[in-house]
Amino acid sequence: MKGLLLRDLRLAFRAGGGFGLGLAFFLIVTVLMPFGIGPETATLARIAPGILWIGALLACLLSLDRIFALDWEDGSLDLLATAPLPLEAVAAVKALAHWITTGLPLVALSPVLAVLLNLPAEGFPWLIASLTLGTPALSAIGSFGAALTVGLRRGGLLMSLLVLPLYVPTLIFGAEAVRRGADGLDAATPLALLAGVTLATLAAMPFAAAAALRVNLR
Amino acid sequence: MSIWEYANPRKFMALSGAVLPWVSAAAAIVLVGGLIWGFFFTPDDFRQGSTVKIIYLHVPAAIMATSVWFMMLVTSLIWLIRRHHVSALAAKAAAPVGMVFTLIGLFTGAVWGQPMWGSWWEWDPRLTAFLILFLFYLGYIALWEAVENPDAAADLTSVLCLVGTVFAVISRYAILFWNQGLHQGASLSMDAEENVADVFAYPLWTSIGGFFLLFLALVLYRTRTEIRARRLQALVQRERMA
Repeated sequence: MKGLLLRDLRLAFRAGGGFGLGLAFFLIVTVLMPFGIGPETATLARIAPGILWIGALLACLLSLDRIFALDWEDGSLDLLATAPLPLEAVAAVKALAHWITTGLPLVALSPVLAVLLNLPAEGFPWLIASLTLGTPALSAIGSFGAALTVGLRRGGLLMSLLVLPLYVPTLIFGAEAVRRGADGLDAATPLALLAGVTLATLAAMPFAAAAALRVNLR
Repeated sequence: MSIWEYANPRKFMALSGAVLPWVSAAAAIVLVGGLIWGFFFTPDDFRQGSTVKIIYLHVPAAIMATSVWFMMLVTSLIWLIRRHHVSALAAKAAAPVGMVFTLIGLFTGAVWGQPMWGSWWEWDPRLTAFLILFLFYLGYIALWEAVENPDAAADLTSVLCLVGTVFAVISRYAILFWNQGLHQGASLSMDAEENVADVFAYPLWTSIGGFFLLFLALVLYRTRTEIRARRLQALVQRERMA
């Protein structure tokens, strides 16, 4: 498992791995928002939690097809399926690798972008906490979507249609936590619910992803 | 004699062929009867006027929209566990019907909401949850269309249906957390103290029955079409092999 994780990380970080593309996308979405909405800082501060969460979600979505597609094309997914490691574990490790290469950098970048959007200072800890808790769920759900569409030629668009509705609970609780935090309210309840959603998806999604992979590898 | 006999496509075709005209006729009679009763032979509500009559379309469509998804869940499970092709095809046949019911529910709700709430759309929990359900239907149908191998498509959509059900339920309660609503609560329950008055309730139950029969007829019809399409495909393939 460790070997697989290291291999995926190395592939992502080295040239052509596409690492950083998601981050750049996150940056550009956030920078474009004020152009569409107007430069009033009060308005921006009000909608900053939602923009940051949706930006993170879209950046995550953009890189999902890389979870399985490359391994599918060169046949290493078939090797992984016949390896002694259960396919569920493969799916879980790949989701973890996706989180380390996409989710974690997003969390790290988000405070900088929050400054650009004028998020109130009370919101920052909640923003970082909610993104840290929520992005693993995005990766886990995304690995299921990627597994469903791995065999399709134009799977990317279909995958976004399948995955985005599944992101609704995560987005609601995540953005709500930041919004309450920024307003100076207690954000522990949405944060706890967000953690619950994340834990449930982490537990269940590798099985669903493996089931979908088995069908596609048949 | 058990229900599993009808997993055999030939038996299913024989039974559904015999039943379909009766179900269609019953659906037409009950639905038209319920709607006419509701539209022309019930009094106007003292506050809502005649706009109240849209419930004879709105409520049955909404009930069927969620019930159809539940039926797809059951047939998907049957396909995953017992590998009966008729079951998978029934789920495929039901999805567009359910999607249209969801749309009818949303549309009639908007038409009613405009004069009553003063807006076509509110981000109310029930409305939002229905919109999400509509998106789930859309994704489910799109996945059926996208996968070429019929067995793989049935498997993948079944898994999606299972996962989607869980997420649809979570979303429902997450949305409740996110915003409190304008939409009224349940008023057709068996155990509630206060329900819709009987004058409105009887035609309403009739049109719910009509919608259910309509759904039954449509699903039988569409499943028969799917089975015939599958047979045709097999014949064409055999021809090509020979």
